[in-house]
Amino acid sequence: MPYIDPAQDNPPIVVVQGLFKAFGLIRAVDGIDLTVKPGTITSLLGPNGSGKTTFVRILCTLLQPDRGTAEIAGLDVVRQAAAVRSIIGLAGQNTAVDDILTGRENLIMMGRLYHLDSKEARRRAGDLLDFFGLSDAAERRVKTYSGGMRRRLDLAASMIAYPPMIFLDEPTTGLDPRSRLGLWEVIKGLVERGTTIFLTTQYLEEADRVSDTVAVLDAGRIIRQGTPQELKDCCGGDTLLWVKLANPASTNTAAHTLRTLDSEKLRVDAVTGLLHLPAREGNTTLVQVVRQLDSAGIDIADLGLRQPTLDDVFLQLTGRRAETESREQSDDGLEEGEPSGRP
Amino acid sequence: MTGSDVTVPKQKFVWVFKDTLTVAWRNVLRFRRLPRLLVFSTIQPVMLLLLFTYVFGGAVADDAAAYIQFLLPGFLIQVVVFGSSQTAVGLAEDLSGGLVDRFRSLPMSRPAFLAGRTLADTGRYLFLVALIIGIGSAIGFRFENQALPAIAAALLAVLFGFAFTWITAYIGIMSKDVETAQVAGFVWIFPVVFASSMFVPIDTMPGWLQAFARNNPVTFTVDTVRTLSLGGAIWENLWKSLASIAGILLVFVPLTVDRYRRIP
Repeated sequence: MPYIDPAQDNPPIVVVQGLFKAFGLIRAVDGIDLTVKPGTITSLLGPNGSGKTTFVRILCTLLQPDRGTAEIAGLDVVRQAAAVRSIIGLAGQNTAVDDILTGRENLIMMGRLYHLDSKEARRRAGDLLDFFGLSDAAERRVKTYSGGMRRRLDLAASMIAYPPMIFLDEPTTGLDPRSRLGLWEVIKGLVERGTTIFLTTQYLEEADRVSDTVAVLDAGRIIRQGTPQELKDCCGGDTLLWVKLANPASTNTAAHTLRTLDSEKLRVDAVTGLLHLPAREGNTTLVQVVRQLDSAGIDIADLGLRQPTLDDVFLQLTGRRAETESREQSDDGLEEGEPSGRP
Repeated sequence: MTGSDVTVPKQKFVWVFKDTLTVAWRNVLRFRRLPRLLVFSTIQPVMLLLLFTYVFGGAVADDAAAYIQFLLPGFLIQVVVFGSSQTAVGLAEDLSGGLVDRFRSLPMSRPAFLAGRTLADTGRYLFLVALIIGIGSAIGFRFENQALPAIAAALLAVLFGFAFTWITAYIGIMSKDVETAQVAGFVWIFPVVFASSMFVPIDTMPGWLQAFARNNPVTFTVDTVRTLSLGGAIWENLWKSLASIAGILLVFVPLTVDRYRRIP
């Protein structure tokens, strides 16, 4: 695989125009235009039910769009579906490995189905097991693997043919923080070899850590596209400060007092009563806030620094939270995955 | 990197067979490792054979020794037809995980996913049929015809199982979950198996049931296997049996493959 400089102005490897797919009355993909540069990582960021999986399934030829076109390396995903399948790898939301087979058998099977000869499939299976740190578990049935190991094997399976384009649908959902970090490293390693990666995620932190470009998806539409930094800047920068007041009645006074710090981005959460504002100077901002509230005679119950999340992006871009049916689930994952602060 | 920079391998027809063998290899590995299948494929049929022979033998025929001669050829069909319900469950399991999405995103031949499964199942039927002939012989069954017809009888039973596996494959692929597949793959088999010449002579049934039993593909095949094993006129039932096998395959192979292509 030749090295491809992402900065170079290469023609896009993925071109999506006016893509539309409805299930009954639900417009899962509601007119998406998107291009992906080769050798880059693009994240599709959105809550559950925003259409991420539907979009990926169309690009991977698993689902036919109602309208619009999608091309991968110039091949139409509907008319040239068979050819598209030979240049893509997919690791879907559910790990797609056979529990009853061993890790090695799974990879050999996938290699054979990508039409590698038996020797080559075995060689690559061995290489990938090494690369993903699964050599010791290679002869064990996948049933005995941990969640992180299954994910890694699943990812290895999607790469066995070294496809130039890999789709990862929520690759780190349900993983513990350590496995998540490991997977990010692997994904970055792939791109260094020239692979193009398109991944979906619910986590702003994930999009920020791995991707060159982020597209924010809301109800089947892309509402913002840019670099991770641009996205974070639009909701207050790398670090946010939250304040819980001892007495909710003093919220307005507190907000008024703090407006001198960052008037535009200060936000009062109507549900929780928390104040959120950008902490551009990190701890220095925190100290300023404490001093200002203290001198105004307002008691603080609790406060802290945090990273912006998908919710912040949505509140900024749409005025709504990233509400989904399974909110608890995504919130759990978020807390688990995000360290409490950043250097 | 434009379209021309990415090399797209050419599709070759021979891959249909290679892919089928790869998928069959996977399923054979699963059969060997899943205890559930071991029970379904060995203990249950053997137990049923013994129960039928010794519990009903005296009532249906004069004694167990006479009944096994009648029962065993039919029982070869019974084991493959009951065994075919496992295809529905297996496919529903693959569908409920993410595995089918992965298979469908591969450049592999699409019918091969199903052909590999049914090929592996056919291997299972070959084992079942051999097992039942072995156990049957141990408890007194004897082929009364020559070796060639006896082999043909066994192979016809396996072929019939192959056809039925495509019916249950369709049921499995239409099922929303494993439980549905388990029930849907099994219930319809009972009337098809029992309302036939498999366990008792059709003459003893009420008239309306006779009408069904006499036109049941299971009856055609059981009667053919019986005459191949014990002697008698073969062709009358053989062509009906082969025609029903062809009919089942002509309907259910395209239905199942088409459904697999268009899984939502």
